[in-house]
Amino acid sequence: MNHSRAEVLMVRGATEAIRWRKPVFSESSFRKILAIAGVFVLLLLVAIFFSLVIASFPSIRNFGIRFLFSSTWDPVKSEFGAFPFLVGTLATSFLALVISVVFSIPISISLGEYSTQGSAATFIKSMIELLAGVPSVIYGFCGLFLLAPLVRTLEMKLGVAPYGVGIFTASLVLSIMIIPYSASIGREVISLVPSDLKEAALSLGATRFEVIRKIILPYAGSGIVAGILLSLGRALGETMAVTMVIGNSNFIPKSIFSPANTLASVIANEFTEATGSLYLASLIELGLVLFIVTTIINLIGKLIIRRMGVEDNEG
Amino acid sequence: MMKYVFSFLLTLVVLIAVTGNGAAKEQELIGAGATFPYPLYSKMFDVYSKEYGVKVNYQAIGSGGGIRQLTNKTVDFGGSDAIMSEADLKEASAPILHIPTCAGAVVLTYNLPGNPQLKFTPDVIGDLFLGKIGKWNDRRLSDINPGVKLPDMSVTVVHRSDGSGTTFIFSDYLNKVSREWKEKIGAGTSLNWPAGLGGKGNPGVAGLVKQTPGSIGYVELIYALQNKMPYGMVKNKKGNFVTATLAATSKAADINLPEDMKVSLTDTDSSEGYPISGFTWILVYKDQGYGDRSEEKAKELVKLLWWMTHEGQKYTESLEYAPLSKKAVEKAEKLIKSISYKSNVIMK
Repeated sequence: MNHSRAEVLMVRGATEAIRWRKPVFSESSFRKILAIAGVFVLLLLVAIFFSLVIASFPSIRNFGIRFLFSSTWDPVKSEFGAFPFLVGTLATSFLALVISVVFSIPISISLGEYSTQGSAATFIKSMIELLAGVPSVIYGFCGLFLLAPLVRTLEMKLGVAPYGVGIFTASLVLSIMIIPYSASIGREVISLVPSDLKEAALSLGATRFEVIRKIILPYAGSGIVAGILLSLGRALGETMAVTMVIGNSNFIPKSIFSPANTLASVIANEFTEATGSLYLASLIELGLVLFIVTTIINLIGKLIIRRMGVEDNEG
Repeated sequence: MMKYVFSFLLTLVVLIAVTGNGAAKEQELIGAGATFPYPLYSKMFDVYSKEYGVKVNYQAIGSGGGIRQLTNKTVDFGGSDAIMSEADLKEASAPILHIPTCAGAVVLTYNLPGNPQLKFTPDVIGDLFLGKIGKWNDRRLSDINPGVKLPDMSVTVVHRSDGSGTTFIFSDYLNKVSREWKEKIGAGTSLNWPAGLGGKGNPGVAGLVKQTPGSIGYVELIYALQNKMPYGMVKNKKGNFVTATLAATSKAADINLPEDMKVSLTDTDSSEGYPISGFTWILVYKDQGYGDRSEEKAKELVKLLWWMTHEGQKYTESLEYAPLSKKAVEKAEKLIKSISYKSNVIMK
C-alpha cells in the first residue's frame, strides 16, 4: 500500500474534522435507521402478498387449485382459469430472454473488455441506457405499427396464419426492452474482473479470446446471470407493450406465432370494466400468481448464482 | 439569510392553505365511469362550470370502475354503457337510477382490397364472429352482397381485448339475433371470444383492422368516422339495410321505452333504426341522503342532470354522438324528478 504524502494528509485532516464536529447521529441510532429501512421493505412485500391473498380469496375458495390448470376464462359465465395466461407469460418471457442474451452478452463483452474508453464506447453506452428509459407504450406502438407488419410478411412466407401479432412479436419487443438491463450489468461485472488475472493469462501466452473464455466469463459469470435474471423479472411483469402486440387471445398458444395473453395483460385489459366480486377476485388472483411466479424464478436465480459462485471458489 | 427564506416559505404555505380553503367551499361534483361518452362529458362539464360555477370532475376509468366506485359511494355519480346487472344492483345498498345522456352506435369495419361497401345480415355477423365463416367469398356473404367481388381471403376477427361498453352493446346484439351465440358466448363487457385477435381500446382494434388484410372488427361509430374507415350496412329487425348515422342511432331509440330506461336498443323494432346501438347512462342513487352528503350537493347534482338531458344535448351532434330522442328526454325527466333527499323529492 503506497499512499502519497498528500493523501495521508487529507485523510488525517478529514479524521480531525469528524472528531471536532458534534455527531448528528450516534453510531447506534444510525444503525437503527438502516435496520428500519430494511425491515420496512420486507414488511411492504409481506403486506402486498397478504393483501393479494385476501382480495383474491373469493376466487381461491371457489376454484381452488383448479384455477391454475383450467383453461377457460369466461367472464360471462363466471368461470376463470389462469393456465393459458401462465403459459403465455412464461413463453414470451423465456423466448425474449433467449433472443436478448444473443445480443446482451456480446454487448457487455465488447463494452466491458474491448472498447472500455473513447467517445464511441461512451456513445453506445448511453444509447443502451436510453433504451431502458423509453416508455413501454412507445415500444408497444413501434411493435404494433413497425414490427407486426414485418412479422406478418415472415408469417406469410412460412405459411402460418398472418396475424402479425402474437407470442413471437411480443417476445421480440420484450427482448429489446430487456437488453439494457442485462447488458449494463454484464458490462459492469466484466470491467470489474481484476486486471492482474487477465495479465497473468496473457503473460502465459493466452489470446484475447482465450482470456475472455477462460478468465472473464468464469469470473464474471454469476454477475452476468444475475443481470439476465433481473431482465427476466422485468419481462415477466411487462404489461403495456405486451398487451399491444400479443393478440390477446384466451387460448393456450399452439405455436410461437399464435396470439396469446399474459397474466399482466389480462389484468390490464379487464380490470377497469370488471364487475362482480368473483370476476374481480379472479383478476387479483392472476396478480397473485404472477407475484408467486416472479418470486420462484428469482429464488431459482439466486440458487444458480450461488452454485456458480461455489464452483468459482473451487476452481 | 436562512431566516428570510424560512419566512418566505411560511407565507407561501399560509397563502396556499387560505386559497385552498376558499376553493373547497365552491361546489364540486365527482363522477367516474364509461370512457365512451368522455369527450362529450368533458365538453358539457366545461361549459357547465363556466355557466354555473360548479366544477364537475369526471374520471373516465371504464363502466365497471364507475359502477364499483358508485357502489362504494366514493363518487357522486357513475357513468356506464352497460345496464347494471342484478348482482351489481344487489351489491349496492340502495336503489340506483339509470339516466340516459346520449346514444351511440357500434359499426363493423373491415379491411378488404378496394374496401367495397358491404351489407351484413344478423346471422352472418354472428357466424363471422363465432369463426364459422372462414373465407370472404363464402356463399352467404356473396348472396347478400350481389355485385361486389369478394376476394378469396381468410377472415380474421378482431375484437376488443379490454373490457368495454362497446363490447357489451355488440354482444348484447348478437345475443338477441344468434341462438348459438347466446348459448356459447353470451353478453358482457369482456367475453370468452371463440375466434380472432384482441386489440386494446378502439385504437387497438382499428390499428389491427387497418393492418391485417381480410380482417373484420367492431368499433364505435365516432371512431370509424374520425379515422375514415369503411363500415358495413346492417339489416335490422324490420328487414331494412341501415347505414349507421347519428340520425339512425337516434331513431333506434324511437321505441316503447320503459319507465326505468334500463333498456337495450340493440335489434331495435324501429324500421329506420340502426340495430347495433345503445344508450350511455349516468348512474345515481335514487335517495341522495346517504352518508354525510349535504342537501346542497344533492340539489347541484339534480340540476346538472337536468341540464345534461336538456341544454347540454346541443353539444352531442358536433361531437358525433346521437342526441336523446324526445321520448327519451321525457322519460329522463321523470327519473330526475324522482330523485329524493332523505325521502323528500328534490325537484318539483
